[in-house]
Amino acid sequence: MKKHLLATFIGLNMAAAAQAATPTMEEMWQLIQQQQSEIAELKQQLNNNDARITETEVAAEATISAVEQFTLSPVALSKTTFGGYGELHYNSLERDNASASKDEIDFHRFVMFTGHQFSDDVRFFSELEVEHSIAGDGQVGEIELEQAYIEWDFAGQQRAKAGLFLLPIGIINETHEPETFYGTERNNVEKNIIPATWWEGGAAISGEISEGLFYDLALHSGLFLDSGEYKPRDGRQKVGKAKADDMAFTGRLKYTAIPGLELAASVQVQSDMHQGVGDEIGGTLFETHIAWQRDAFQLRALYAQWDFDNAINSIAAGADDQTGFYIEPSYRVNEKLGLFARYSEYDNLAGNSNDTAVEQFDLGLNYWLHPNVVFKMDYQNQDAPGETGYDGINLGVGYSF
Amino acid sequence: MRRQTSAAADRYPAAAFLSLIIGLTLSMTSLAAATTAARGVFQSGPDFIAECFASQPSEKKTLWLTDELREQVSKILGHPIAGLRVRYHQNGSKTAWILEEIGKEMPITIGVMVDNHTIQQVKILAYRESRGGEVRYPAYTRQYQGASLKPDLSLSQSIDGITGATLSVWAVNKVAALALYFDGVVTQQRTDA
Repeated sequence: MKKHLLATFIGLNMAAAAQAATPTMEEMWQLIQQQQSEIAELKQQLNNNDARITETEVAAEATISAVEQFTLSPVALSKTTFGGYGELHYNSLERDNASASKDEIDFHRFVMFTGHQFSDDVRFFSELEVEHSIAGDGQVGEIELEQAYIEWDFAGQQRAKAGLFLLPIGIINETHEPETFYGTERNNVEKNIIPATWWEGGAAISGEISEGLFYDLALHSGLFLDSGEYKPRDGRQKVGKAKADDMAFTGRLKYTAIPGLELAASVQVQSDMHQGVGDEIGGTLFETHIAWQRDAFQLRALYAQWDFDNAINSIAAGADDQTGFYIEPSYRVNEKLGLFARYSEYDNLAGNSNDTAVEQFDLGLNYWLHPNVVFKMDYQNQDAPGETGYDGINLGVGYSF
Repeated sequence: MRRQTSAAADRYPAAAFLSLIIGLTLSMTSLAAATTAARGVFQSGPDFIAECFASQPSEKKTLWLTDELREQVSKILGHPIAGLRVRYHQNGSKTAWILEEIGKEMPITIGVMVDNHTIQQVKILAYRESRGGEVRYPAYTRQYQGASLKPDLSLSQSIDGITGATLSVWAVNKVAALALYFDGVVTQQRTDA
């Protein structure tokens, strides 16, 4: 570029000189001196321009980098995060013996998540829930703190947490945002046997043993069965001035090395569900499940069983064995639509010889308006002892963010 | 039947609990000191680029995010893209991209190598979320090999997800589609030129 400019300049000057009268040697010398001076001046201007261009490039790079650092760097992300989920349900159900019906609309859950990242390896997470829309004396709903814990990554792929946390049991206990499962209502087996959603206060460690193999170990507050109670769901103390005479232990192994597959088994042991009040009743929960997705097909199946001491039979005959299972195949028609069927069966009095099991068949669909917004519709057919099962339609809308 | 239990643990549950917490804390502190602090960083960007092009030289280039590009990128990511430009490496029909997308709360750094508009490799370079790290397993990322971009800006093949890590899976899917889109833009520019 510089050379081109100089050549052009010299060429023009020489052409102009040729057209004039033949100069003397003195005039030639002066002309050359003048041209040399102009060439030097032009060179200086080009050098100045080059310096300015370089400076402009550096300034532009610095500005772009500053803007990008502000918008892209993880540091620029808020250390405090906020999220939530919610679901509105409509149930139109009728009892098999026609003695009752259930036609109601319920904002079943309104949940807010708050988290804070104290440092790269220490964080806080919480979940606050309003159940059934309204809470207070005489109201149908509750305000519940379902998670509030400090988590610490104490080594590569190893974590510890302390506080109030969801127990590592089952499929939906830890992951239950509405768009992540089929069916308007959560399945009865995890609800009535495990019992989900189940949270306790204590401490836990978890991590990766090898590729795709994870463990969880937790020591935490336990269930408390008050006088006359025998169902695990009745024993949840929700960590509100909970009796802690007898702690419980939960362990889980989970295998997820194959894409689309989750295999897991959990065990919980508690030596006294009465927490030192009355006869000692110990219990052990065993749960195992598979969640398998292959292309558009998915299969979920779960089995859970509580084995209580025989003393519980004095409260309700057969309560020493409480079991349940379900199997749920589904098919994702496209990004928006998924169809499912579920057969479930649970029995809180499986230890007796009577027919006390509750069986339910569900058939329905999820329609994802957005990956985080789902509409649900399903039909349920429930058979329970004494014709007390409910049949009918459930509709729902849910979201999470 | 009355169950026989540990007398000490039953009599002093609080003490047993505290002992366990203290014991766990001490053992974890020791383990933490002995373990590498590089949690979640699996490969550096330069190493990924070097791996992609092996002994072949690659040219470092910049794709400026014009309004037209931003509009398409928003359709892929489901939100506007941050930043003014994207840097990439290219050698002939092969391009390599290092992109970030937030899983649940933290960004996942993902390397994608594309050749002839088809994904050759997806690699998780850094994972910062506390759950869902299974997306970094080769068994998972191998699913993207051979994927191309459909006209509707989605991937040409289905990806089996990970239960409980849906957001991380979505993030990797989006970045894979984004790298294919960017590759299409820069290789088209080259053809036009």
